[in-house]
Amino acid sequence: MSRPNLSDASRLSLILLFAPFALWIGLLIIMPQLGIGYVSLREKISWNEYSFGLKNYVDFLGEPVYRNTLLRTAWMSILVTVLALLIGFPIAYYIAKIARERSRAALFLMCLIPLWVSDLVRAYGWIVLLRETGVISTTLVRWGIINQPIEMLYNDMTVVIGLVYTVILFMIVPLVSTLQGMDDALLEAGYNLGGSRLTVLRRIIIPYAMPGIVSGCIITFMLTAGSYLTPILLGGKNSSWFTEQIYNQFITRYNWESGSAFGVALLVFTSFVVWAGLRLTGQSLATTVAKD
Amino acid sequence: MYDLSCASVTKSFGTFTAVRDVSLDIPSGSFFSILGPSGCGKTTLMRMIAGFETPTSGDIQIKGESVLSLPPNKRNVKMVFQHLALFPMMSVGENIAYGLRCNGEAKAEIGPKVARVLDRVGLPGSEDKRIDQLSGGQKQRIAIARCMVLEPDVLLLDEPLGALDLKLREHMKIELKQLQHQFETTFLYITHDQSEALVMSDNVAVMNAGKFEQIGSPKALYDQPASGFVAGFVGDSNILSGTLGDSRGDEARVDLDGGGHVIGRICDASKPGDKVEVFLRPESLRLGEAGEGTSLSGRVESLLFNGASSRVLIESGGQLIEVADPEQASALEKGASATVGWTPDRARIFTRRSA
Repeated sequence: MSRPNLSDASRLSLILLFAPFALWIGLLIIMPQLGIGYVSLREKISWNEYSFGLKNYVDFLGEPVYRNTLLRTAWMSILVTVLALLIGFPIAYYIAKIARERSRAALFLMCLIPLWVSDLVRAYGWIVLLRETGVISTTLVRWGIINQPIEMLYNDMTVVIGLVYTVILFMIVPLVSTLQGMDDALLEAGYNLGGSRLTVLRRIIIPYAMPGIVSGCIITFMLTAGSYLTPILLGGKNSSWFTEQIYNQFITRYNWESGSAFGVALLVFTSFVVWAGLRLTGQSLATTVAKD
Repeated sequence: MYDLSCASVTKSFGTFTAVRDVSLDIPSGSFFSILGPSGCGKTTLMRMIAGFETPTSGDIQIKGESVLSLPPNKRNVKMVFQHLALFPMMSVGENIAYGLRCNGEAKAEIGPKVARVLDRVGLPGSEDKRIDQLSGGQKQRIAIARCMVLEPDVLLLDEPLGALDLKLREHMKIELKQLQHQFETTFLYITHDQSEALVMSDNVAVMNAGKFEQIGSPKALYDQPASGFVAGFVGDSNILSGTLGDSRGDEARVDLDGGGHVIGRICDASKPGDKVEVFLRPESLRLGEAGEGTSLSGRVESLLFNGASSRVLIESGGQLIEVADPEQASALEKGASATVGWTPDRARIFTRRSA
C-alpha cells in the first residue's frame, strides 16, 4: 500500500528544507567538535606515533597558568554579562515600552549599526580613542586636565568595556522582544494594587522579562568567553584570555593535542557556568529560552 | 458623604478635550455606571480617578478628600482592567496576595485573607492554580478578588465583560451585581453596552463627546431621556426625522421627511420650524387602528422572530419601524398593509443631532 503522492511531496520538501540545517549542524558543528574531542585524547609518543589517554587534560589541570586563565576568563565573562544586563535592560525597556512607535524602529536600528562593522574595526576604534597618543589622552592633555599622556589600553577595564560594547546588542535584542510582549495594563495593575516603582520592577517587570534575561545572558556569556579579537587587541599580550592560550597551542607551539584539550575544557566549563547560573536563579531552559 | 466625587473635571490632550467639565457624586455602596460609545472619554475619566492621568482642571475626591496629589499606588481605589491584567507569572494566590504584600501586611495575615476572599468569590482552594488554567469567568472573579481583598473605597471596572462570550456575559452581569451586594463596596462600572449598565446599576451616567448627557436611575434614563442622544443610546428606538410644525402645549405635529405627519411630545427647547427627530420605543407602538392617538400606515416588511422579544418591521414612507407587539405578530403576513399607532406622549421629540 503506497502512501498518497501529497505526503511524498511534503516529505520531500521537508527533507529539502531540513537539509541545509542538518548539513550545517553536522559538518560545521558536530563533526569538528568530535574531531577536536578525538584529537584531545591523543597522546604524542614520537613522530607519527600516538596512543590514547587523558594526558592532555592532566597537563592542563596540572599547570596553574592554564587553570587560572580559564577561571579568569570565566569571571571576566560573568562580569561582562552582568554589566551588559545592567546597561542593556534600561535601554531595552526604553525601546520596548517608553519610546514612541516611530522612534522605536530607529532606536533599534541604531543598536544594530555597530554589527555592520567587523569586530576588528570596532576594536580598532577603541584603540584610536584610548591609546597613549589617542584622541582622549591628547585632548585631556591639551585641556590641561592631565600633565602627560596616559595609556588607557592594555588593562582589564578596557577589555571589559570593549567586550560589553561588542556583546550588548545580543542582550538588548532578546530583552526588547520579551518586554514588547508585556501589556502595559500589567504595570498599571501593579501600581494600582499599591506597588511602588521598585515593587513593580522586582515583582512584575523582571519576572516577566526572565526568558529574555536568561537567553540574553547565555548568548552574551558564551560570546564573551569565546571571543578572541577584542581581548587580544584591547588587552595586549597580557590579556590572559583563554582563547589566546588555545591559539598559542595550535599555532605557536603546533601542539594540536593540547590545544584541542583546551578547546574542550572551555566548552565544558562555560556550559557548566551556564548550568550553574540557571540553577542558582531557579530557571530552566524549558521555562525561559524555549518558552513561546 | 460620597465615596467618590468629581467636580468639574476636565482633561485635554493638546487641543483635544477628552473629558469636559464632568461632575458626579457616588453615594456609598452603590453601583454606578458610566455608559457611552467608545471614544467618549469614559476610560480617560476612569484613569484620572485611578491616578494614571492628571486632570487639566477640576477635583477628584475619595471619601471627601482630594486625591489629586496622590500617586496611583497610594489611592484606595482599585481597578479591574479591561483585559483583567492578571499577573501571568504568579499563581492565583500570589496574584491576590500581591496587593496585601505591597501594603506591608503581616505574613500570617495574608494566607487567611486570600483564602477568605477566594471563598467569597466562589473559588475556594484555588490558590495554587496558574492563571492560564482558569476559564474566562474564573479569571474575572480572581481579578475582582485581587482588588476586593484590599477593601478599596471604590472599585473601578473598565468594561471587564467585553472579552467574554455572550452567554457568559449575561451570567457575569448578574454575578457582578451579587458580588457588589455581598461586598457592599461602591462599584464604578464603565461600559458601552447599555444592557450591562441598565441591568446592574443603581445609577447611570450617559456620556457623549466628553460630557455627561444625563445622570439618573436606569428607569429614568429609559423613560425620561433628557436628550436625543440618551433617547437613541439607551434602549431601542425608532427614529423618524422631520420638521417641527404647530404645537399645542408640549404636544406638536412633526412633518416627516419621508412624507406624512405624526404627533408627539416636545422634550427639549425645539421651536416650530426646527429640524427634529421623533423617538419611538418599539414596545410603545401598537399595530392596528390607533384609537385616540396618532398613527402611520405602511406594510409589513418582515417578521423577526426571537421568542419574547420578537419584532415586526413595518415599512412606512421609506423608513423601517420596529414594533414589539407579540400578540399581533402571529396574525400578520409579509406584505400586508398595517397601521402603527401610539399615544402622543410616548413619542419624544428632540432637536436633530448634528452627527
